[in-house]
Amino acid sequence: MKQFASIVCVLVLTGCAQPGGTLRGTGDMGVVVERASGSVLLIETTHRSVLGQVPGLGDLSHASVVYSRDGRYAYVFGRDGGLSKVDLLTVRLDKRIVQSGNAIGGAISQDGRLIVAANYTPGGIRIFDAGTLEPLSEIASVYGDGSRRSKVVGIADAPGNRFVFSLFEAGEIWVVDASDPRAPRVTKIRGIGRQPYDGFITPDGRHYVAGLYGEDGLALVDLWHVERGARRILAGYGRGEAPLPVYKMPHLRGWAVAGRLAFLPAIGRHEVLVVDTETWREAGRVKVHGQPVFAVAQPGARHVWVNFAFPHNGVVQVIDVPTLEVVKELHPGRAVLHLEFTPRGEQVWISSRDDNVVIVYDAARYTELARIPAERPSGIFLTARALMTGF
Amino acid sequence: MFQPRLLAAAGLALTLSAHAADPQDARRAVLIELVRQDCGSCHGLTLKGGLGPPLLPEALAERDVTLLESVILNGRPGTAMPPWRPFLTEAEARWIAEQLKRGWPQ
Repeated sequence: MKQFASIVCVLVLTGCAQPGGTLRGTGDMGVVVERASGSVLLIETTHRSVLGQVPGLGDLSHASVVYSRDGRYAYVFGRDGGLSKVDLLTVRLDKRIVQSGNAIGGAISQDGRLIVAANYTPGGIRIFDAGTLEPLSEIASVYGDGSRRSKVVGIADAPGNRFVFSLFEAGEIWVVDASDPRAPRVTKIRGIGRQPYDGFITPDGRHYVAGLYGEDGLALVDLWHVERGARRILAGYGRGEAPLPVYKMPHLRGWAVAGRLAFLPAIGRHEVLVVDTETWREAGRVKVHGQPVFAVAQPGARHVWVNFAFPHNGVVQVIDVPTLEVVKELHPGRAVLHLEFTPRGEQVWISSRDDNVVIVYDAARYTELARIPAERPSGIFLTARALMTGF
Repeated sequence: MFQPRLLAAAGLALTLSAHAADPQDARRAVLIELVRQDCGSCHGLTLKGGLGPPLLPEALAERDVTLLESVILNGRPGTAMPPWRPFLTEAEARWIAEQLKRGWPQ
């Protein structure tokens, strides 16, 4: 790793002109968050190896990552409000600021020039210059009588240099047009449902969906017609049954859309809900091993892989899309926190927090290709995200 | 680069098994991990809060241990706090409540 770093540094200093040297693109690279030690591992998926480690990123519980459009820089959002810009090529921390007291994630704008952080404390979003991390503006998530600020969840980038997010306590979805990043314009959609806990945007950037913790259903916004507000989908999916306890909140951001179907974790039910994204009506349900956390569609959309909340978090199940049946169950390790496919879907990387390892599977044969030691690994973020709306 | 980590992990395993005769200690280690990692998914690894409220001593100063014990065991209806009774005895929940008020052990 040191050798790699020093070679890259020399290359950078000499204008990267070394023939036969280690010039490389970042298209097969990514980061693995080491949540407890405040570091990220830089990895590559061609040889499945670790290229380096960047420490000093603060409290990375619930950390998330977005990429610059050239795939060179990873922006790491930490729980402690830290926003770190990591250079994948030099294996260095390029810039770091602490932008709030308590953060949940962030997004990068369509044009790649803006980074926005979503905050719990103080509630709201802050917009930064992606190059310098200079703050450009802030939107406070004030609601009700104006004396309180809501936690912001489920932030996503949308076409038109817009950002969309949900307000947990307020039950609102806000659409922010940041074409003028120093004076962003906010459209508020109120009364979308109780306690939205996360959200995602469809791969085409048209629809934003917020999952509701406080009631059965999800809220849908058509970003072509924000003026029409939000509509409820899958209302009453719990059929009045008492929900099971949820020991970890599901996450909606991810490859949840397979073809025209979206696969969404139910709340308080051991089911994955299937929605037809043409009609936004229920298209089926899949009984699974526990409370789903991530439902991730394999690129190519034939399978959806699912992980689970405590105490069922040692299992990953694979759903067959045409039959909506679980066709495989894997036991990668204790406390599986995340899974990420390579962009063409031949490998899937799975983090096992309590076994301190990332396991790489052949996604077609379910065989192990590699085990990569990592300290308390959580999120795995590959650079292919740089090119996708909603990541 | 990972060798020291693996050795450290092996050392931890040895330490735990050396104390295996004392289930209380081993169980405490499990509880310390459980609170930091799994309660931490909502309350933050440092317990300074997330979707769930902070669990630091200053945040809990006004809260009674018995109330905290009850919230841990039974959850809080209307919020995202689930009941942990399936995984904890009452004594363990009380111990967790007491330790949280003191400052959660590393």
